Amino acid sequence: MSLRRTLVPVLSFVALAVVVAVVPLVVSEFRAQELAYVAIYLIAIIGLNVLTGYTGQISLGHGAFMALGGYTTAILMADHGVKDIWTIPLAGLVAGVAGFLFGIPALRLSGLYLALATFAIAVSMPAVIKRFEGFTGGGTGINLFGIPELTASLTPVSILGRELAFNDWLYYLSWSIALVGYVVAWLLLRGRTGLALRAVRDSETAAQSSGVSLARYKTLAFGVSAAYAGVAGSLFAIATTYVNPDTFPVALSILLLVGVVVGGLGSLVGLVAGAVFIQFLPTWSQEVSKSPGAPSVVSGALLIALMFVLPMGVAGLVERLRLLTRRIYHRSGA
Amino acid sequence: MSLLELDAVEARYGPVQALHGITLEVAEGEVVAVLGANGAGKTTTLRAISGTVRRSGHIRFAGKPLRGGPEAVARAGIAHVPEGRGTFTELTVHENLRLGAYTRRERSVRADVDRVSEWFPWLHERAGQQAGTLSGGEQQMLAVARALMARPKLLLLDEPSLGLAPMVVREIFRIVRELNEREGLTVLVVEQDARIALRTAARAYVLEVGRVALAGPSEELQENESVRRSYLGY
Amino acid sequence: MADFLQQVVAGLASGSIYAALALALVLIHRATGVINFAQGEMATLSTYIAWTLTTNHGWGYWPAFAFTLAVSFLGGAGVHQAIIRPNEKGSLLRVVIVTIGLLIFVNGLVTLIWGGEVRAVQSPFPAGTTEIAGVAITTADIGTIAVVLATVAALWALFQYTKLGLAMRAAAVNPAEARLVGVRVTWMLSLGWGLAAALGAVAGMLAAPSVFLDPNLMAALLIYAFAAAVLGGIDSPVGAVVGGLTLGVGLNLIGTYVDFVGADLRLPVALLVILVVLLVKPTGIFGKAEVRRV
Repeated sequence: MSLRRTLVPVLSFVALAVVVAVVPLVVSEFRAQELAYVAIYLIAIIGLNVLTGYTGQISLGHGAFMALGGYTTAILMADHGVKDIWTIPLAGLVAGVAGFLFGIPALRLSGLYLALATFAIAVSMPAVIKRFEGFTGGGTGINLFGIPELTASLTPVSILGRELAFNDWLYYLSWSIALVGYVVAWLLLRGRTGLALRAVRDSETAAQSSGVSLARYKTLAFGVSAAYAGVAGSLFAIATTYVNPDTFPVALSILLLVGVVVGGLGSLVGLVAGAVFIQFLPTWSQEVSKSPGAPSVVSGALLIALMFVLPMGVAGLVERLRLLTRRIYHRSGA
Repeated sequence: MSLLELDAVEARYGPVQALHGITLEVAEGEVVAVLGANGAGKTTTLRAISGTVRRSGHIRFAGKPLRGGPEAVARAGIAHVPEGRGTFTELTVHENLRLGAYTRRERSVRADVDRVSEWFPWLHERAGQQAGTLSGGEQQMLAVARALMARPKLLLLDEPSLGLAPMVVREIFRIVRELNEREGLTVLVVEQDARIALRTAARAYVLEVGRVALAGPSEELQENESVRRSYLGY
Repeated sequence: MADFLQQVVAGLASGSIYAALALALVLIHRATGVINFAQGEMATLSTYIAWTLTTNHGWGYWPAFAFTLAVSFLGGAGVHQAIIRPNEKGSLLRVVIVTIGLLIFVNGLVTLIWGGEVRAVQSPFPAGTTEIAGVAITTADIGTIAVVLATVAALWALFQYTKLGLAMRAAAVNPAEARLVGVRVTWMLSLGWGLAAALGAVAGMLAAPSVFLDPNLMAALLIYAFAAAVLGGIDSPVGAVVGGLTLGVGLNLIGTYVDFVGADLRLPVALLVILVVLLVKPTGIFGKAEVRRV
């Protein structure tokens, strides 16, 4: 890989990291919390991007994997006294295994059938959660507020000599994990794995005849994306300090896919844009009009319009601008 | 009287240009063949006429400029039997025929079905059979029959011999010749089997790499040295 | 035994509603290869229109029914022309997002125009029961089954016996060849969407009296319709009808006789059906295996 090609992503990553570190110093705590949610969604769609952007499998059910992660965290914290941060990797593991297991029968499905199957999972998750009351607390859910396992919930926590209140702590936790998660995904997708995954997306038949084991990579993609969703779900539970069957509704699964598409598959900028979109779309829609139903009208119309105008999402727009500037640069130089 | 004229027609598939300026004409009542190797642009020429592929250049049909996509071309009176037959495999033989008459305004197509069945008597018995279960040769004949249902002024035939046994191919070309002699049907046929094409058609064009390399009456082309070597095998 | 038969008939009635909506999904998938996630919301909108005409404008039930069918038809065709067609050439993902956007939009629109309250809707069928072979069957159930059967029969006649129906079938299975015989394929596909929207309207209007009218009327029904369509074969109209009826009867019987399921878990059972069918035989009962051209 040429120096320039690795330089740009690395620079944009470093720039993002710097911005992330600095922002809480200048914004309110409420904003910090909102931005923490952006990081949480970012983690989920980094994973979904591996699945959809790289292997082309459409999932309308990743909210269910978030639910798995969220409930794992909640149960471990509330019933087993595990400290919140230690539950995060466990949540990722549980969701990842579930995703991998689902990926096996999902091999027989493609395109719309897979979308339908994952949609079915997302819709049924709340009902299933309610059914296993003993485990999940049923309809009442599990409350995490104020328990000692939740860091910084009652008293500020001290990190590197600084006192952090809950929302700021949450912000740094989520963004650290998001940035690490992005690097991990980037490394994963750079080498042979990434090439194999993209081969699967572009032509399954060709990939197979080139010796790429379809089964292995498709299930791997499912497992990885589910693990990311699980981590995101875990953080989500920590952030909302509460889980119940309605914490992870169908709408969330839909929004995750929408976020990936609007952001545009692939680039870091696109993924961040997608996460911002997921967090702030409901708010923006409400700014337009508060009448009941109006926010949905705005969101829906916006979504359709975006598919017309920016089918490749924000990442596509950025790419087009990049090509445009390069063309101008070359023309003026030559 | 010229029925079809192509003037410097170009066509491309995405970035690849398939036709680099085709000029040919077909007079009313003629059978004209288009020959050439794989990739020479024969099928693309027919697709350019029927509007299946985007093209530039001029095409005149029955004295008027020919424009638009396949639907418009069909309505203008051109029937295109595509490569691979194009039968509606999930529909019955009878339904395939009914579709052939889609552009016709008459209420009943029964008379047309009878008329067409004279050329292919077996169509009557197999009317309810699913078209996909017919043999290759039968499907080809069904495709021609379907084209006839529209009472076209011009029949475009794309590689009718593809995938068929020689005996079946001979039968099909015999029918084409008879249709031309008895009903005056004008035919433009694209063929890889140059021998049988030159025996059926009065004139032929030989395409190479998207251009007309040779043209002339069939007898002349049959005697032509390079044609004999490249396409007739001797 | 009489109880059992009653449940079967009741299951047939709800099943015929699933069948109608499933048929709409199948029509669209057969014609344009798309799963319209917004089908349920469009049906809800149609139902509200019918309701407004009868309640606020004093229309008779059946005139409103007919008018709503016409409006839904135009709406469905319009959606195809304006929104689906331009995105057809894009990726599958793009089309999925578009129908989801439509879902969100229409859902919001309904709430915006009519508010979110739950409303009671009058049934067009007289209350009461009829006795057939010793089994008491509600008139409403008979009426529902009759209306759906009549609609399906009309559609079947359209597809089998008319030139237009033939053209639509041809456009759905072989669009390129259909163009060559002069069929305006895009219009045929829009017609398909229009018919599907009208079918959805029928399903919604028949369901409303028992499930009450609110913006989320069709959400659960859509899932049942998906299950029915998948069970019968997502490209098979016959499958959609058979799948719907089977699912209706099956769910009703399971809900009544299997305590574990009760009334709350009917939806997850339907979803289980979807998953199991997709994993065991993705093409459904009547579907044909997809041959992948290498």
